[in-house]
Amino acid sequence: MKFRFILRRLLVTVPMVLVVITLTWALIRLAPGNFYASERKLPPAIEKNIRAKYGLDRPWYVQYGHVMRNILSLDFGNSLKYENETVNDILRRTLPVSAAVGTCAYLLALLVGTVLGTVAALKQNSKLDYGAMGVSMLGISVPNFVLGPILVLVFSLSLYWLPPARWDGFPSWSMVLPVLTLSAIYMAYIARLTRAGMLEVLRSDYIRTARAKGLTERQVVLRHALRGGLLPVVSFTGPALALLITGTVVVERIYALPGLGTYFINANLNRDEPLILGIVAFTSVLVLVFNLLVDIAYGFIDPRIRY
Amino acid sequence: MSSQNGTLLSIKDLRTYFETEDGTVRAVDGISFDLKRGETLGIVGESGSGKSVTNLSVIRLIPSPPGKIVSGEVLFHGQDILSLPDDEVRKIRGKRISMIFQDPMTSLNPFMRISRQLMEITQLHLGHTREQAYEHAVKMLETVGIPDARSRVDAYPHEFSGGMRQRVMIAMALSCEPELLIADEPTTALDVTIQAQILELIKNLKRETGTSVILITHDLGVVAGMTDDIIVMYAGKVFEQAPTRELFERPGNPYTKGLLKSVPDPAHEEGTELYQIPGLPPDVAHLPPEQCPFAERCYRAEEICKKEFPPFVQLNEEHFSLCHFAEEVYDESRGGAQTAGSHIDPNGLPLQGGGGR
Repeated sequence: MKFRFILRRLLVTVPMVLVVITLTWALIRLAPGNFYASERKLPPAIEKNIRAKYGLDRPWYVQYGHVMRNILSLDFGNSLKYENETVNDILRRTLPVSAAVGTCAYLLALLVGTVLGTVAALKQNSKLDYGAMGVSMLGISVPNFVLGPILVLVFSLSLYWLPPARWDGFPSWSMVLPVLTLSAIYMAYIARLTRAGMLEVLRSDYIRTARAKGLTERQVVLRHALRGGLLPVVSFTGPALALLITGTVVVERIYALPGLGTYFINANLNRDEPLILGIVAFTSVLVLVFNLLVDIAYGFIDPRIRY
Repeated sequence: MSSQNGTLLSIKDLRTYFETEDGTVRAVDGISFDLKRGETLGIVGESGSGKSVTNLSVIRLIPSPPGKIVSGEVLFHGQDILSLPDDEVRKIRGKRISMIFQDPMTSLNPFMRISRQLMEITQLHLGHTREQAYEHAVKMLETVGIPDARSRVDAYPHEFSGGMRQRVMIAMALSCEPELLIADEPTTALDVTIQAQILELIKNLKRETGTSVILITHDLGVVAGMTDDIIVMYAGKVFEQAPTRELFERPGNPYTKGLLKSVPDPAHEEGTELYQIPGLPPDVAHLPPEQCPFAERCYRAEEICKKEFPPFVQLNEEHFSLCHFAEEVYDESRGGAQTAGSHIDPNGLPLQGGGGR
């Protein structure tokens, strides 16, 4: 039953990625200019040669067919800008950087957010609760492109504790500021979701039953309340990943990290079509797969769910 | 001292208040009663009369804030539960005093297997190992009449029907052979045929184990065949207290009379309109303390009822009533029992209960 559900969802992923790719391709083509437009005005003969070399003189449906064939064979070809590298090379090189920062950011957010949210719910309307919720409101309101420079100003340019823009690999001190900047908003969201979820669960009848059994407050929370209280956080994880990717683009730019996001921005500025399509295809698969994982996880956490 | 005269639980002048934005709600306001070992006590009243809060106070499960036990004593074997440290109370909860709640649909943890929920309690209180606890869980499910208990013990609550879940709750409550079982409207959320089964089950288990029971209900039909004594609560106060048969045959309080009259009697009153007590239960946050809380709705009310709080009158050795005219009402009822709930047989099975419409 579960197996068929997973298979069906995976099969749906393919057409969805193709739709995303088609839209992205169309947008690139509809926008004025092209990848060699930044050069000086070219003589018509040379321009004709370039267009022939990259197949731009062929009808659009031939070009589109070519793109689709590449995508389906998972070979995006060479980057137009970094001509010595294929798109796959660039993905392999940049992904570990983004994945390290993104994963650390989300794990940190998960840890701090759930603890903060649970404590706030257990001490509802106390100073602790107001403090935690105030901080998390700040976390949601301050965008990462504001938070990043502030952190750099304080920890790099004033205190000289951490590098403002450098990548020393994983793990290293150079990760600290990017991870903090990226995770702030998730921490805040998760804290609020956890608090709301826990407050609801803590008032429910089965928690009263658990208390009536004579369990300690700790056992009541850990064994009985946490599971139900964290369900909203689990369902947030799917969409969070999509947000995390856009967040990475900004944060990598701020800290000049050699990650997927930085290359994605450059690819767009350079009109580097294969690279854009490669990164878009990869991230959309990632988002779809993660949403599937969340749905599967849901089934394990809540036994009432049937596929 | 309690062991000698057989008193298991003695509640003295219990007051539990809730602080709300609307003012202090005196949910329980000076309740006193005794429960003897092996006896069943019924607590009857409308929604909001304080019957559940009374019993949650007994095991200190009042959510605080906003609730607070302001004063009083809850003597269990002569020991005041209200003055015990938290971990001592936890040793009593679930082991010596256990509770069954109203809604079996929501009272079990939906994320946890039945087996774990049952095992948890004996592992905690009886020091069972996993294997012992598991066997005990199966045994308890068999005791409460769940067919094929061994193969169903690992199911989740949503795989059980409402009646079966209430059986699971009862199995859980009785796991450690408690001295007192508090059943808070155990049948309200169930349909009528299941109601009768569950009540019969509680009755039989009580007979076998000798557990004392407090049965909370708003359905007089439910208590009729079950209890030795009945307490009628209204606005956080005890309005009448009497042995079950006496209360049904000769109520000494206008409120009790009203309740009894509003139980439908299909045999004799077919086609006639069912009596109902006029008005609504009072807002206990804004009740003037110097009047009878029932005065506004009472057929018998006179000037004095709105000026003075009524006395708790002793009508005979075991019968008390909170009313300025307790004696008169008591005398009225002597011959006129047929006006009250005489069609409810105090010994019979409460199948025709008022909730059955």
